[in-house]
Amino acid sequence: MAEGRLDGRGPDVIAAIEPTWYLLLAALLFSIGAVGLVIRRNPLVMFMCIELMLNAANITFVALATRLGDINGQTAVFFVMVVAAAEVVVGLGIIVSILRRRPGATADSLAELKG
Amino acid sequence: MDPTFLEYVVFFVAGAMMIGGAIGVLAFSNPVHSALGLVLTLFGVAVQFVAMEAHFLAAVQVIVYAGAIVVLFLFVIMLLGVDTATDLSIEPIKVQRPLAAVMGVALLALLGASIVQARDALVLNPGAGIATVQSTGNHDANIDQIAENLYGDWVFAFELTSVLLIVAVVGTVLLTRKWPKAGSTAGDRT
Repeated sequence: MAEGRLDGRGPDVIAAIEPTWYLLLAALLFSIGAVGLVIRRNPLVMFMCIELMLNAANITFVALATRLGDINGQTAVFFVMVVAAAEVVVGLGIIVSILRRRPGATADSLAELKG
Repeated sequence: MDPTFLEYVVFFVAGAMMIGGAIGVLAFSNPVHSALGLVLTLFGVAVQFVAMEAHFLAAVQVIVYAGAIVVLFLFVIMLLGVDTATDLSIEPIKVQRPLAAVMGVALLALLGASIVQARDALVLNPGAGIATVQSTGNHDANIDQIAENLYGDWVFAFELTSVLLIVAVVGTVLLTRKWPKAGSTAGDRT
């Protein structure tokens, strides 16, 4: 734990949380999402793991906006959310049309698509 | 009580919510439970946004993610009737999970190392540009500042997002609509 490293307060006062901590938390969340995307075969759960990774990116944006004192980082998160919403709509549309044709299809079943 | 101590409590409780929910997403065998784990993670992220003085984004996070996206997930799960547990102990490709674990640890180590390395990097404009409630005394400081930025610098990009959303909606209708069989009711695609 950093003891007043930046602001020079005494070691008995707890230093405020630095953006580095949020960045490490976001890195952990991103890694969990990436592992989940690889090991799960249900397309819906794979999509949820993509949402986890997008949220990790959002935390990174906000933490660095705080650190650099730049509001553009928070505006970027707004646009990421719009893209995530559009992506979920299109992706779930594809999943619905696949699963309606072949109930219980997993990501492996779609390998038959390759020519 | 020291207010920074409370900050740490909030950070670790919300962080535990996020990580626990994320592990739940990939460990639950039932997709409905995975979606509920996702809700837990998204609320944890919203709490972290509040802790970082990003009040507008915290509200949008709860409304858009937890309110709309997860409900859409649950709706699709229920609609398709895939809310049955799958046996996760069956793994067709034996080496996949160890390789995934190695990849996850390597990714985390790489990101963590670079973050710790960049900890003392040069900060050009430290903490000046973000309006907080403490610095301005205005309770809507964050929303005001994002509004000025979004509708000032990024208004063109904001308009383009409406095009993106229209394209997404039209594309989804095209993908999921059941077209009538060709020949039988030809010319009836209204």
